[in-house]
Amino acid sequence: MSVSARPVHLSAQPEAADLPVVPARHPWRWVGVAVVLVLLAQFVHGLVTNPGWDWPTFAEFFTSGTILRAVGVTLQLTLYGTVLGFAAGIVLALMRLSHSPFLRTVSWAYVWAFRSIPLIVQLIFWFNVSYLYPKLGFGVPFGPVLVTVNTLDLFSPMGAAVIGLALHQAAYAAEIIRSGVLSVDPGQREAAAALGIPRLRQFRRIVLPQAMRSILPTAANEVISLFKGTSIVSVVAISELFYQVQVIYGRNARVVALLMVATVWYIVLTSALSVVQHFVERHYAKGSSR
Amino acid sequence: MSTAMVEITGVHKRFGANEVLRGITLRVAAGEVAVVLGPSGSGKSTLLRSINHLEKLDRGTVSIDGELIGYRQRGGKLHELTEREVLRQRGAIGFVFQNFNLFPHLTVLANLTEAPLAARTRNRAQAEAKARALLERVGLADKESAYPRQLSGGQQQRVAIARALALDPKVVLFDEPTSALDPELVGEVLDVMKDLARGGTTMIVVTHEIGFAREVADTVVFLDEGRVVEQGPPAQVIDQPEHDRTRAFLAKVL
Repeated sequence: MSVSARPVHLSAQPEAADLPVVPARHPWRWVGVAVVLVLLAQFVHGLVTNPGWDWPTFAEFFTSGTILRAVGVTLQLTLYGTVLGFAAGIVLALMRLSHSPFLRTVSWAYVWAFRSIPLIVQLIFWFNVSYLYPKLGFGVPFGPVLVTVNTLDLFSPMGAAVIGLALHQAAYAAEIIRSGVLSVDPGQREAAAALGIPRLRQFRRIVLPQAMRSILPTAANEVISLFKGTSIVSVVAISELFYQVQVIYGRNARVVALLMVATVWYIVLTSALSVVQHFVERHYAKGSSR
Repeated sequence: MSTAMVEITGVHKRFGANEVLRGITLRVAAGEVAVVLGPSGSGKSTLLRSINHLEKLDRGTVSIDGELIGYRQRGGKLHELTEREVLRQRGAIGFVFQNFNLFPHLTVLANLTEAPLAARTRNRAQAEAKARALLERVGLADKESAYPRQLSGGQQQRVAIARALALDPKVVLFDEPTSALDPELVGEVLDVMKDLARGGTTMIVVTHEIGFAREVADTVVFLDEGRVVEQGPPAQVIDQPEHDRTRAFLAKVL
């Protein structure tokens, strides 16, 4: 085939190459947007016009001292549960990943046990542990007791709640951290070992920072779920947010308004945690793009 | 011949039923370059990884500059060293991986200073000065604050070589250092290795680059099925091999 034999066909191609491009249209997207906007408008309208929501009562309690103190308790429980839970979780994950069959078994058994027991059962158990063991003695096993303390002093309601949350959280944190460590290329640890970097430093400087990328989204999930999960602690009469709200609506019967007080606080603080998550994730993304 | 820098004696290694190394004995003198050739599965990488004790030996010994690696000889027995002691010994043995294994979350400079800072052989200023000198040597002085993923494969492997040199090792082991590279990037890595060889670095190189072996090697070792089939200067092993297996292998790769 020679070029000059078909001049017409060849000259048609450069023309098509010069034509403007019209992007594909998606009319159904606009239909979807319209439907959602109408539903949203109806919902907001209901919130404003239905007196059942009782916004004046909401406003009265939302920033009241009692509620703010209760928010403080909820944040404290979340903080202690997270810090202690993840600290123990790191230790458990390292044990599970170690060469020692003894440490691996202990860690496995811990995770098995604390994932199997419902948190609410555990909380009530720790709250009542002083009935089971009124006094705790420390000393030589089966020998003389050196120090004795009242169990009730050690397991105050708050102490029992923190212990329960932390022990529960540790089991989940251990698995999250372990999965993060397993997601790091084994060549990384090998390279660190070939460079003679000590074991703990290999973990802290090389493996953990890379594992953080896959740990963080799941860990943030855990923290947020713990934050809202602290409402379970209301069963042992600690004046955290949910308990306090129940106490107040038990008195004034404004159930919806006070549930909204708690809900809005949970939403506001969860949003704040999500913002923190975004920045922490960005920190650990260093070197991940070109 | 000068004293042996690396002395490998009767090394055996098996993975389950598969005996990968079946009695390897090898000496590499100080300042020498040994190139290990052999078909896939012949035990080349395992041999290299047993030298720095990334693989434990089933039998036999490896010593670097007269020091036994991974064991202590006492009362007619070999006592296994603790992990901490083995890690300390690895400072004398640089290792360059096929897939570079740079630390992606650290800058190039931090990749080079991590091991010296961990070993406390240098303070930060000294470690960074040494790192910059090494980057200069591999031609990447301007890349110290880049992250590994921002570099080409060839550049990454040159950084990895600089990292392996940061502890002033007595010997550097190369495990197929150019096998993961695009063809046009192989040359720059081989050039750095040639420069090291000329500078008197003791090197053991597992590679399929016959040209490099012919040009740089003092000794070429041909490995097959976990045994040394033949060894000698490149002019002998590559150009006039004695064994059929060596000839068959070279016919395929040349």
